[in-house]
Amino acid sequence: MPEQTTGAQNLVSSLEHAGVEVVFGIPGGAILPAYDPLMDSPTVRHILVRHEQGAGHAAEGYASATGRVGVCMATSGPGATNLVTPIADAHMDSVPMVAITGQVASAAIGTDAFQEADIRGITMPITKHNFLITKAADIPRAIAEAFEIASTGRPGPVLVDISKDALQSRAEFMWPTSLNIPGHRPITEPVDADIAAAVELILQSKKPVLYVGGGVIRADAHRELRALAELTGIPVVTTLMARGAFPDSHSLHLGMPGMHGSVAAVGSLQSSDLLITLGARFDDRVTGRLDSFAPHARIIHVDIDPAEIGKNRRADVAIVADAKNAIAALTAQLRSRFAAGASLDIAGWWQTLNRWRESYPLGWAEPTDASCAPQQVIQRLGQICGPDTIFTSGVGQHQMWAAQFIQYEQPGTWLNSGGAGTMGYAVPAAMGAKVGRPDRTVWAIDGDGCFQMTNQELATCTINDIPIKVGIINNGTLGMVRQWQTLFYNERYSNTDLNTHRFPDFVKLAEAYGCYGLRCESPADIDATIEKAMSLNDAPVVVDFVVHKDAMVWPMVAAGTSNSDILVARSLAPEWDREEGA
Amino acid sequence: MSRHTLAVLVNNQPGVLARVAALFSRRGFNIESLAVGPTEEPSLSRMTIVVNVEEQALEQVSKQLNKLIDVLRIVEMPAASGFERELLLIKLDLTKASRDNLVALSAPFDARIVDEDDASITFELTSTREQLEQLLAIFNADWILELVQSGMVALQRGTSTLITPRFTQQRAEQA
Repeated sequence: MPEQTTGAQNLVSSLEHAGVEVVFGIPGGAILPAYDPLMDSPTVRHILVRHEQGAGHAAEGYASATGRVGVCMATSGPGATNLVTPIADAHMDSVPMVAITGQVASAAIGTDAFQEADIRGITMPITKHNFLITKAADIPRAIAEAFEIASTGRPGPVLVDISKDALQSRAEFMWPTSLNIPGHRPITEPVDADIAAAVELILQSKKPVLYVGGGVIRADAHRELRALAELTGIPVVTTLMARGAFPDSHSLHLGMPGMHGSVAAVGSLQSSDLLITLGARFDDRVTGRLDSFAPHARIIHVDIDPAEIGKNRRADVAIVADAKNAIAALTAQLRSRFAAGASLDIAGWWQTLNRWRESYPLGWAEPTDASCAPQQVIQRLGQICGPDTIFTSGVGQHQMWAAQFIQYEQPGTWLNSGGAGTMGYAVPAAMGAKVGRPDRTVWAIDGDGCFQMTNQELATCTINDIPIKVGIINNGTLGMVRQWQTLFYNERYSNTDLNTHRFPDFVKLAEAYGCYGLRCESPADIDATIEKAMSLNDAPVVVDFVVHKDAMVWPMVAAGTSNSDILVARSLAPEWDREEGA
Repeated sequence: MSRHTLAVLVNNQPGVLARVAALFSRRGFNIESLAVGPTEEPSLSRMTIVVNVEEQALEQVSKQLNKLIDVLRIVEMPAASGFERELLLIKLDLTKASRDNLVALSAPFDARIVDEDDASITFELTSTREQLEQLLAIFNADWILELVQSGMVALQRGTSTLITPRFTQQRAEQA
């Protein structure tokens, strides 16, 4: 008779077979059996976090920095529900993640047992798929399928909930050598006819734009994108999720579109006659009011998820495929058409775009007192730390400035919570990224509000020798909310003042966690403080950048308005060329 | 808005109905009728879902449904080349209407008597929704003690089937 091992041992063996190198988690009653064999695993490292939300975001940061599946683990009930936010976040941003949760014993399921929560039911709408496993024999296949589903097609989170008795009972360990998941058959190769139709539209276009989304990064298609852009000379915009998919230093790059996009990027979409949409999903933060978005443009839509095609904007040519394959196919066919004499005349289009780019560069108004401009702090972080640095961010003003004022040259160097907009993402995501890429400098650019949601993971970083760096852009308020109150609520600042310039003392907090704590209060000290932080590598570093509280993110397309109504500063609209009519 | 009937092939697993129903509610679609039951293949169940939506919304909800791992196939049942059936059980009050009258009224519909006693009579009718509605319309509301209707089920005419050999083959390989 073959050897029977516990479900817990089989779970750990499954993780080893799946190639997992790190799990972020916290033990508790129902998952406890799994933690015993986990202690002896020669290949799976477990990092004990301080809150399950930290485990989930760390798994996301690890996944986004490495392209591998991130893994987090928690116990039943509150342990599992604390994972809900990062799972939802991973679902919105297509992050490959496997979450493993303990569940009460199968006989107790449904009895309102201690620490029981129906986490499978709770996470149904925020996972790609989830499992409830109640038999030891079913664990390996569930884990194998979870990794397959999480990482192929459009990536996303998969939850495996395992009852305590399944972990404790015994079964023979059998790792499935082949998987057959009939309901999961992603289409990765484009259809030739669709590529040909797209190429026709491109060759007919006068004002094309490559509208690039996070799918290009998930598909590892940045080289293919660059080849397509350079072959055609078509301008590129990269969405918040796609920052780094195309070098910011490249002359074809117009920057980020959307609510806080550059005038050139937003204007290009509004005036375009053809959007070549690559792994982007016409999110409301990009389109503004949908019925006035890119009103003159035909749409080529490349996405691996068929449900994205036509969801928000009708596609003239839909290409359901892996972006890497689709972009390569477009480039190959365009190259042969050009060789056969076809041409693309977009010189006039570039004249318009260059005029906008020159007239409306990103910038900021210097504070009138002697305080630091948050934009300057962030820009200097990018310039001093260089393009190999991985930046994570929280959500709000600092996130937008970090997207605007840091030059991203490589994919995987900008990690943020784009779709869900989860405050508290930055620190644990930086921790996960640093674990996955220990060779890289990892900076969490965080807000003082966000930082206070998940900074307990600094203890995890210190104890596990994960020397991340945190730059708190401390304006003492919930800055983005305050900005909306300034603009849309008559400057009535209801519940946005955090008093963070007084409490807590972030330097002391950092030191309490065993980190270096630095503070910068004057523009003259910005560079020296960043350089000091860069020189400290034997422990995490936290820098409290005290910045002006009235700084605002510009440009801005107010929520619910048209992209054409973008403002470059308060009450200041760009002067579009009359003939553009944008 | 127009009515559409979707035949949905799903894994026969706990929680599948919840996944499908939750998806409809989350995306803001109201289900008019839903029937689910086993198929000729024990590991698969078949749902028949009737929705009243715009064409474009139908496409979107079908695509979203297709993303569910437990959903294997979705086919819109064509009204012309398929047939649809619903079941009605209706219990009528014999103190309000005479048995002879009720039997006479229901005769054109081929409704079967499935139960009766001194005070009540229960008819069963399996037919199209239109027929069911017509039968319901001939009874006075105060004659009706109770009624229950199933969701609609639908099949395509001829040899075409929702479960193709591909699925059964895959199942066999997996086993």
